[in-house]
Amino acid sequence: MPAVQETVDRVRQIDVDQYKYGFVTDVESEKAPIGLSEDTVRYISAKKNEPEWMLEWRLGAYRRWLTMREPDWARVNYPKIDYQNAYYYSAPKQKPELASLDEVDPQILETYKKLGIPLREQEMLAGVVRRDQDGNVLPERRVAVDAVFDSVSVATTFKEELKRAGVIFMPMSEAIQEHPELVKKYLGTVVPTSDNFFATLNSAVFSDGSFVYVPPGVRCPMELSTYFRINEANTGQFERTLIIADKGAYVSYLEGCTAPMRDENQLHAAVVELVTHDDAEIKYSTVQNWYPGDADGKGGIFNFVTKRGDCRGKNSKISWTQVETGSAITWKYPSCILRGDGSRGEFYSIAISNGMQQVDSGTKMIHLGKNTTSRIISKGISAGKSNNTYRGLVTAHRKATNARNFTNCDSLLIGDQCGAHTVPYIEAKNSSSVFEHEASTSKISEDMLFYCRQRGMSAEEATALVVNGFVKDVLQQLPMEFAVEAQKLISISLEGSVG
Amino acid sequence: MNAEVRAIKTPAEQALVSAYERTRAALPSSSAVADLRDEAFKRFDAKGLPHRRVEEWKYTDLRALMRDALPLAGAPDAASKAKAKDAGKIFASIVSRKLVFVDGAFVPELSDLSPEAGLTIGSMADALAKGDALVAAHVGKVFPTDDIAVALNTALMGDGAVIHVAAGTVLERPIHLVFASSDTPSSNFIRSLVVVEKGAQLTIAESHEQNTSQVHAALELVIGDEAQVDYFKATQTRGLHVASLILNAGANVKFNTFALNSDASLVRNQSFVRFSGEGSVGGLRGVNLLRSKEHVDTTMTIEHAAGHCASREQFKSVLDNESKSVFQGKIVVKPHAQKTDTKMMTRALLLSDEAEAYNKPELEIFADDVVCGHGATAGALDPGLKFYLMSRGIDDKQAEALLIQAFIGETVEEITHEGFRDALMNGALEWLETRG
Repeated sequence: MPAVQETVDRVRQIDVDQYKYGFVTDVESEKAPIGLSEDTVRYISAKKNEPEWMLEWRLGAYRRWLTMREPDWARVNYPKIDYQNAYYYSAPKQKPELASLDEVDPQILETYKKLGIPLREQEMLAGVVRRDQDGNVLPERRVAVDAVFDSVSVATTFKEELKRAGVIFMPMSEAIQEHPELVKKYLGTVVPTSDNFFATLNSAVFSDGSFVYVPPGVRCPMELSTYFRINEANTGQFERTLIIADKGAYVSYLEGCTAPMRDENQLHAAVVELVTHDDAEIKYSTVQNWYPGDADGKGGIFNFVTKRGDCRGKNSKISWTQVETGSAITWKYPSCILRGDGSRGEFYSIAISNGMQQVDSGTKMIHLGKNTTSRIISKGISAGKSNNTYRGLVTAHRKATNARNFTNCDSLLIGDQCGAHTVPYIEAKNSSSVFEHEASTSKISEDMLFYCRQRGMSAEEATALVVNGFVKDVLQQLPMEFAVEAQKLISISLEGSVG
Repeated sequence: MNAEVRAIKTPAEQALVSAYERTRAALPSSSAVADLRDEAFKRFDAKGLPHRRVEEWKYTDLRALMRDALPLAGAPDAASKAKAKDAGKIFASIVSRKLVFVDGAFVPELSDLSPEAGLTIGSMADALAKGDALVAAHVGKVFPTDDIAVALNTALMGDGAVIHVAAGTVLERPIHLVFASSDTPSSNFIRSLVVVEKGAQLTIAESHEQNTSQVHAALELVIGDEAQVDYFKATQTRGLHVASLILNAGANVKFNTFALNSDASLVRNQSFVRFSGEGSVGGLRGVNLLRSKEHVDTTMTIEHAAGHCASREQFKSVLDNESKSVFQGKIVVKPHAQKTDTKMMTRALLLSDEAEAYNKPELEIFADDVVCGHGATAGALDPGLKFYLMSRGIDDKQAEALLIQAFIGETVEEITHEGFRDALMNGALEWLETRG
């Protein structure tokens, strides 16, 4: 059955021509010479004042990259990328040392204000009073933000307070200077420099990103967040994020991204690495809203991202949640390597494509340890002339006894010019593992509607209530701060969805 | 990653190339068929045997699995013909018209060629040599695919059956294609064409009892509007068996296919099915019973090119020892094929920790008013159920056998033809009995 009108309207509201974050900030910037060569890699490394080992690491990746081919297996079509016709480093010009936030270029502060990202600590979510179930006011909940503008981090908030808790939260470039032992120990251990074409490119030219280390037994006192903004024309953004939760630690991390409207395509090739030790947990949430291009498919960000989490310790947990509405092309598969016995991986995703957008996204759950469990919930909605593909792998190796997986993916099409595709790979290599995959049509149950209506709700109210409960599978995984962004998605119904 | 350009050919590829070059002139061909062969061979020559970098062959790397290519089969001798008389046991209980093939070559003297109104039967080798009109109209055109296994078959196709059922003809007696092999292992390239015209009805079965031969088979099945076809296939082999079913269904057609693989060392059953008319209903089902190091691959593309059609796909695999099963099912709903209704289910039952099950149920949908679903499960026998049976005095092995029977029964029970349902179930039970 076709999608209901309400859903059509909601999706229309976030159509490609409704993009709100397409403005450009006018700041002077400093760029690396156009093109990519060993000199570019050296330039970036020198700019960051990096130690010799880091430069060698980058150069190794660059040489490897030269021997690699661009992958073409995903269901996406795009013009050939000219890697020599882009800038690999762009930073707003600024004073060498910033004493406080006041010294950040006011234009940039204005940008983040416009985007609704609070960079001043006292402004954090002003006016939001949270109450518990009994109506008591809860202590203020705060978010520490690392703001990445083109290739550099311009501000990181709440650093001092986090430091008192023992949590390290800083731009990657600073972490390389201040905590080289941690960076050396973990960088590239989850996504090696030879992993894939885009990850290798990232390893060679990554400019900044966030570094988080939560020491044993510490529950990070606030949500951590990074906001990525591409501003400069013709540049690529290559950020690298590394999050480590040591034994028994917990951290929740959020990521948001936007870019101006431009006619040419821009490349975003990020790498995110997560490591959890025994009993640790990382919750990683993304609201991806890069510029999707115009209605004719002109411009937009190519989002080629490698995200992977490694549950190294026993009973550790990694959870990925993503709401994808932006980018001309999305190519990303946040994955979990469930190495530790009893570890758990989760993936919750809503991907909405409009206009000429192409999404090829999903997850990989690789069960290596005993008694590991994973859960995949994916909802794809395609409208306009877009194509939305779920591609996922679930595999249990011979020694991963008693592995469990449950996968549920639904797709919904709005209009007859778009496409929805599902490509799950399910590989069982021992008999005690139980895998279930279903891609089901979701219809609203008549019983549920009747139950609501006999209590005095109208048919529309009852439908909305049931539908909200349905999409909440994913949305309830998002931290509160993102709930606002996701609000408009919440009333999207998947009624009429196909497998 | 991109498929790399290769200059080096494996011994099997070299053998196939030289087999083609040596026998090209001797293969049954009219001039049009010769062109078809050349074109197909060129594609094989360029791409080589399918390998793991080819997505559709990811789990069945023919280049690695086919160490060499056996020589093409010669004409069957008297001894192998005598042996073939008893072949096709699995469907022996069904009263049918038998057509017998030894090493892929048609044996008229063992076949039932008695005339029947509306039915025309011939040998593919004859038809290819003569430039038969039916063959010219359909071979290679039923559902064009760039699959290399099909191209290899087209290049070297030798013999097979050509069956035409005239419009409105209802054949009461099923046709049974019996494929037997001689004692000399060889390469067989079998190509068959079955055309069922408007409103006709046909039940057709294929049984393969193969030694260590390498069989490359393809069947093109054209189903006209309002026709009904049931197709059964049972395969046993100690060698290699690569079979393609290429099916095109018109409007308001009803068809069902069922494939049983047991004691099959290396099988690839691939189907290319197109619904090209509205209102058709098709079911594709199968059961794989695997043990030791057997490897069975079921791969299919179901294309809904017209609206208001329904398809059901249900496949079950039981895996013991170090066996591997592969299921890749792709349902494609073309733009404007509205009101399509599909459901695909694949289930693997692993009896051993060394067995491996690969499932890939795929959906590709371009229409917004459709109901498409798929499901996949993999797991072991439920110990609770087994305990229940054992607590009632049924021994371990028998309890497992009962549960396995119930597992595959769900799929076998869907067969409407009573004779074939019983025959296929008995074939499965035989496998269960010999399970040590």
